[in-house]
Amino acid sequence: MSIEISAISDFSRHLPVLQVMVPFVAAPLCVLLNSRSLAWLIAFIASIAAFGISMLLLAQVIDGSVISYHMGGWAPPLGIEYRVDAANAFLLLIVSGIGAIVLLYARASVEAEIAPKNHILFYACYLLCLTGMLGVVITGDAFNVFVFLEISSLSTYVLVALGANRDKRALTAAYDYLIMGTIGATFFVIGIGLLYVSTGTLNMADLAVRIAEQGDNRTIRTALAFIVVGMGLKVAIYPLHLWLPNAYTYAPSAVTSFLAATATKVAVYVLLRFMFTIFQPAYLFEARTLEFIILPFALIAMFAASFVAIFQNDVKRLFAYSSIAQIGYMLLGISIVTKTGLTATIIHLFNHGITKGALFMALGAITLKTGSSFLDRLRGMGKLMPWTSAAIVIAGLSLIGVPGTAGFISKWVLVEGAIEKGWWWVAILVVASSLLAVIYVWKLIEVLYLSEPANGITKGEAPLTMMIPIWILALACIFFGLNTDVTLTAASTAAESLLGVAR
Amino acid sequence: MMPEQFPIAFLFIIAGLIVAFIPQGRGRVSFTMLVPIFAAWMIWNLQPGVYGQVEFFGLPMEMMRVDKLSTIFGLVFCLASFIGNLYAWHVRDTVQQVAALLYAGSAIGAVFAGDLVTLFIYWEGTALASVFLIWARRTEGAYYTGLRYLIIQVGSGVILLAGIVLLHGETGSITFEKMTLGSLATWLIFLAFGIKCAFPLLHNWLQDSYPAATITGTVILSAFTTKLAVYALARGFPGTEILIYIGAVMTLFPIFFAEIENDLRRVLAYSLNNQLGFMVVGIGIGTELSLNGTAAHAFAHILYKGLLFMSVGAVMYRTGTSKASELGGLYRTMPITAICCLVGAASISAFPLFSGFVSKSLILDASASNGYTLVWIALVFASAGVLSHSGIKIPFFAFFAHDSGKRPKEAPTHMLIAMVFTAFLCIFIGVFPEPLYALLPYPVDFQPYTTSHVVGQLQLLLFALLAFCVLMRTGIHPPEIRAINLDSDWTYRKFAPMVITKIAAVFSSVWTYQTTFWLGTFDRIVEGFYHSHGPEGRIARVWPTGAMVLWIAILLAGTLLVSFY
Repeated sequence: MSIEISAISDFSRHLPVLQVMVPFVAAPLCVLLNSRSLAWLIAFIASIAAFGISMLLLAQVIDGSVISYHMGGWAPPLGIEYRVDAANAFLLLIVSGIGAIVLLYARASVEAEIAPKNHILFYACYLLCLTGMLGVVITGDAFNVFVFLEISSLSTYVLVALGANRDKRALTAAYDYLIMGTIGATFFVIGIGLLYVSTGTLNMADLAVRIAEQGDNRTIRTALAFIVVGMGLKVAIYPLHLWLPNAYTYAPSAVTSFLAATATKVAVYVLLRFMFTIFQPAYLFEARTLEFIILPFALIAMFAASFVAIFQNDVKRLFAYSSIAQIGYMLLGISIVTKTGLTATIIHLFNHGITKGALFMALGAITLKTGSSFLDRLRGMGKLMPWTSAAIVIAGLSLIGVPGTAGFISKWVLVEGAIEKGWWWVAILVVASSLLAVIYVWKLIEVLYLSEPANGITKGEAPLTMMIPIWILALACIFFGLNTDVTLTAASTAAESLLGVAR
Repeated sequence: MMPEQFPIAFLFIIAGLIVAFIPQGRGRVSFTMLVPIFAAWMIWNLQPGVYGQVEFFGLPMEMMRVDKLSTIFGLVFCLASFIGNLYAWHVRDTVQQVAALLYAGSAIGAVFAGDLVTLFIYWEGTALASVFLIWARRTEGAYYTGLRYLIIQVGSGVILLAGIVLLHGETGSITFEKMTLGSLATWLIFLAFGIKCAFPLLHNWLQDSYPAATITGTVILSAFTTKLAVYALARGFPGTEILIYIGAVMTLFPIFFAEIENDLRRVLAYSLNNQLGFMVVGIGIGTELSLNGTAAHAFAHILYKGLLFMSVGAVMYRTGTSKASELGGLYRTMPITAICCLVGAASISAFPLFSGFVSKSLILDASASNGYTLVWIALVFASAGVLSHSGIKIPFFAFFAHDSGKRPKEAPTHMLIAMVFTAFLCIFIGVFPEPLYALLPYPVDFQPYTTSHVVGQLQLLLFALLAFCVLMRTGIHPPEIRAINLDSDWTYRKFAPMVITKIAAVFSSVWTYQTTFWLGTFDRIVEGFYHSHGPEGRIARVWPTGAMVLWIAILLAGTLLVSFY
């Protein structure tokens, strides 16, 4: 009996490391077993396990407590620390949850889009990508962030390149992403290096303390600038977004869904962590960065990217640009700096994740039949694939922010945050830019429902293994629009824990 | 959940979902008729109070606020839904059936909304559901009309939401109570209500969309949207003086357009606008008497306007047109429809013993007794106008005038039942106003059938009738040839030909000018954006990696700059 209890408590003590290790170990397993059907199964089981672990972790920290896990028993700041609080537990849940759902979807989608010889490679890379993201989120060590970031980035380049089976342009898209992503990562690691030079530590909590003690100097200011720009590239802050449209457009559907719902979110989280835990908005130089760099570019993104989306003919690309605009909302929440603003950012991470996940998956299901995601190929698909199209409508409404959907909640909190701060004009801009989303979503709905189907496409839905994940996320868009208990509590606790040190 | 806790709107929404699963046919149509009856029974049994309180997202929402003002609108909406669905017995179109139920449900939900967020949700619900009644006609024209309608209606909702958010920021409360105009928030809410209520210059969507809907769709459309706006104004802005003048203008200006309009359904849309004006004046005055008048007039109005739309719809159903120039002489073969139309016409013209009389008198009295003499004169003039364009023009050109040679069959039985039932209600309310008065929000101490009311109204009506007859006789008696219809239409316009044409011409040229101006500007803007943001535009082009690196450098420099200085 007592052994059992200690086993359970052992297990729960090691949850933080298991969160990362489960997918990490499963990835080489896929390759070693060298069986296509097993590869999917292993990946799926691993992602479900990761999802379960993240739920257990969130349950432990939702009350505002913090788990600190010492890697290999080495105490921080010398050893690597995994540190779970409400903010990253929520992110872990998003990443692992989307990861599991998209994997369920991926089976049929990968079958159709990727050459059979690459299937095992795909699942292995997918798991590595998941590992990297989970690691970035969970770790409490600044350099460890970089390491995991590279793991996820390198596997992402491969995943994007796998789209080449369908469209050769995936190769250049992946190559461009590789070059740009590496530049971003380099900037990021330069920033961390500067921090290490001036403080002599890499542990985040320790960094925060030392920076607060010694006050800022040019090295530290430069470090922040490098980190913001380097991570900004991963976030796809407006003028640094150039890698994103091609990567999303040419990657396989499953990869696009996964990346759109998680990758940029993780980068936003890192930005949050560095700006609020390690540095403080109370430092004048950071406040100025937020006000003069993040805020204006967030606002530009909201409009410029939406306008581009309106004129796009390729729906995948359309939603890629819409993602850039939505990232604008998240950055806007950060630049508000108040608790409501951060809550808006964090809840939008989640709500936009499920919305875009549903949209890209449903779009992938349709492209499976039409062969292309260009608007004129999607004509009348509302009649031919009624369930898939209905999911697009629901998620589209959530993207606009129609009341009763998840998107409304994030926009509402964001507007509330802007008004609290006295930024009326920002609130008005948020609402105005939502109207642009109405236009491009409507454009799609009009094509789907109000025009006659193109010839040669038969009626019929995508396979059930694709429909289920699509509808899980579509229903989640509604569920989390009506029931805000979980998301809002988690997001506001997360915002509190991020601001905690500041108070 | 206790019965009274159950939001009535959900009943319609659930029914709307169930309907799609009932096999198409009589069973399904009967079901759509039972829903409003059941809902009305539930509303009737509700005790005043606030039910269905839920916490949404930290905001206290009141799904059901029951008091006399919401009850009377709720009841008449159920009644209108019932009549509309009965009238649509022959329709075998799932889209219309579902839309009609959801539309009625949203309108009723909005009426019982105790807070502004709930109101907003249903507000948008009415917009989304109703547009399908227009699209259900499935013509290209209807499609674009529906789109314009939807944009305006959803736009009204967005403005409302903006107002609510601002109001919440100012007061921290979202309860839907009396507001005073002053802050930006209340002005925005007022504007949102005004768009739905078709205030002058915000009214074009109404005449644009209602005649474009299906035959049954127009009947249903005419009942809800604008009356919901009247309710919202009566709840939110009673006694707001500007409403008196807005209302007075509303009663007057559609008259000119209604007079020269050839499409009878469009004539009715204009006269609907004019009738709304009376209600808005009542709200603006804001006394108990006038608010009673507004509620009563809305109740009566939904019935007689529905009746008129139904009779014109029946004509259209049988002949395929609602153009005055192509109709005439139908009383020979459609006598019951003709009689019902006459009842509707008498009611809208407020003949004594018809429903319009007992409700309009309240508003007229309120305006006279509160010293708004000019407004009173405007309303009296407008009443004469109503008589001329709705009371006489509609039945005259459809059923009498000069024989068009058309010999359609009498309307189908279910349409007749719906019309006769409504006509009966119009007369019943006119003869026995007490049950209606008992439903009004405030205690009623009012006797419509006094000598002065009756004589005054009759003088007005009879003189207007006389004028019409004299003009018809001494004017150009239409020769009995096939070309007469257009001819008689033209003589009719002689009533005040110069003035009306001039006014209309000025209005329409201003309208055309500014429409082309704005459309042109809009096109140029879109073109400009396409140039820069389109697929081949500067912003959307695929940039070389070098450009990206340049941007990184610029951004880094910028960040360093702001960090150091």
